[in-house]
Parts: sequence; structure tokens; C-alpha cells
Amino acid sequence: MSGTLGKGHVGTWAALVHRVSGILLVLFLPGHFIALGSALEGAASFDSFLAWTQQPLVKFMEWGIVLSLAAHLGGGLRVLALEFLPWRDWHKSLAAAAAAGAIAVSLAFALAL
Amino acid sequence: MNARAQTYLWVAQRASAAVLALCVAVHLATMIYAIRGGLSAGEILARTRGNGAWLAFYSVFVLAVSVHAPIGLRPVLGEWLRWRGTSRDLFLLALALALAGLGLRAVLGVFL
Repeated sequence: MSGTLGKGHVGTWAALVHRVSGILLVLFLPGHFIALGSALEGAASFDSFLAWTQQPLVKFMEWGIVLSLAAHLGGGLRVLALEFLPWRDWHKSLAAAAAAGAIAVSLAFALAL
Repeated sequence: MNARAQTYLWVAQRASAAVLALCVAVHLATMIYAIRGGLSAGEILARTRGNGAWLAFYSVFVLAVSVHAPIGLRPVLGEWLRWRGTSRDLFLLALALALAGLGLRAVLGVFL
């Protein structure tokens, strides 16, 4: 993998974004699961958690994690396409499509927040 | 780790990625739809409690994540933290079990 992180290439940036977004998602998931698990203790404790999420900084972080998820999805589809589909010369277009898709999803989420 | 085990990890990573591509797309769309007008526990639980299709979908989602995330983290730990060997793989196995356990608990938490 370190070989894919050479310099000055669209693929380099795509690989770096894919990796960093993946790390952020791994760090986020345990907290996400524990928070949802609080529903086991009843709607009241779940609601108090949801109230906590209304803070601007938490909303900003939520937006960041949705952007990471969308970026990781886009980057992952790019990797699958590069590995399993024959049209390798499209790779720059794939990276652009992944970026555009991630931005579109995160904007839709931000508008709905 | 021998070449066969590496191949298994590669296949598991790609197979889980294919499942997750669908799950994440559905999850993102559901989330953007669900958060309009704010979230409440009652609103979420009304949608999820006793919903078998929802339970099945999110159980598959959690299990696919539990396979995918530790395998993806493996080269990151090796290349960026120089952490290799058995201790790394034991840590990743523990991470897989923790994600599966916490994730399924969360799924059950909003289903029951």
C-alpha cells in the first residue's frame, strides 16, 4: 500500500482520503454504537443523548463523519472499479466522481440538519 | 501471515466492501430523509421497533463493518505505526468482536 502513496498523482490523494476517512469512521463507530445502545435503557436516556447532539460543534462533527462516510463509499467504489473492471484509463474520472458524490451527499445532509 | 491467509483477507475485504456499498448508500439516504425536522427517540423507535426488515438489514450492515474495518486498519497500523506481528492481529480480532458486539447491541437496542 505504501507504494500507492507516491507524490503528485490523483490516485495518491484518492488513496489518502480513503485511508483517513476509514480511520475516522473506525474511531466514530464504537461511540455511535454505544449511543444507540442507550435506547436499551429507554427513550428518555436516548432523548437526552439526542439533545446533546444539538450543539453546533457536535453537528459540525456529524457533518464531518457523514462526509467521511460518503468519501469512503466513493473511494471504495473507485477501488472496486479499478480492480474488477477493465477500463483503468478512467481512473481520474473515477476519483472526480467519488469526490463529487461525497460532496453532494454531505451537502444534502448539511441542508437537512 | 502466509499468502493464503492474505488472500482470504483480501477476498473478505472486497466481499464486505460490496455489501457495505449497498448498506452505506441506503443508510445515507435514510439518514438524510430521517433527520429532516429534527430527530426524537420516539420517532426513531417508531420506525425501528419490531421492524424485522430493518433488523435484518442493520444486522448485515454491522457484521459487514466488523469484517471490513479491522482488515482495512491492518495495513494502516503496519505502515503508519509500524505495528506488525501477532499482537496487531489479536488487537484487530478484538476490534472485530467489539464492533460486532456493540453494533448488534445497538441494533437490538432500537429493535426491541
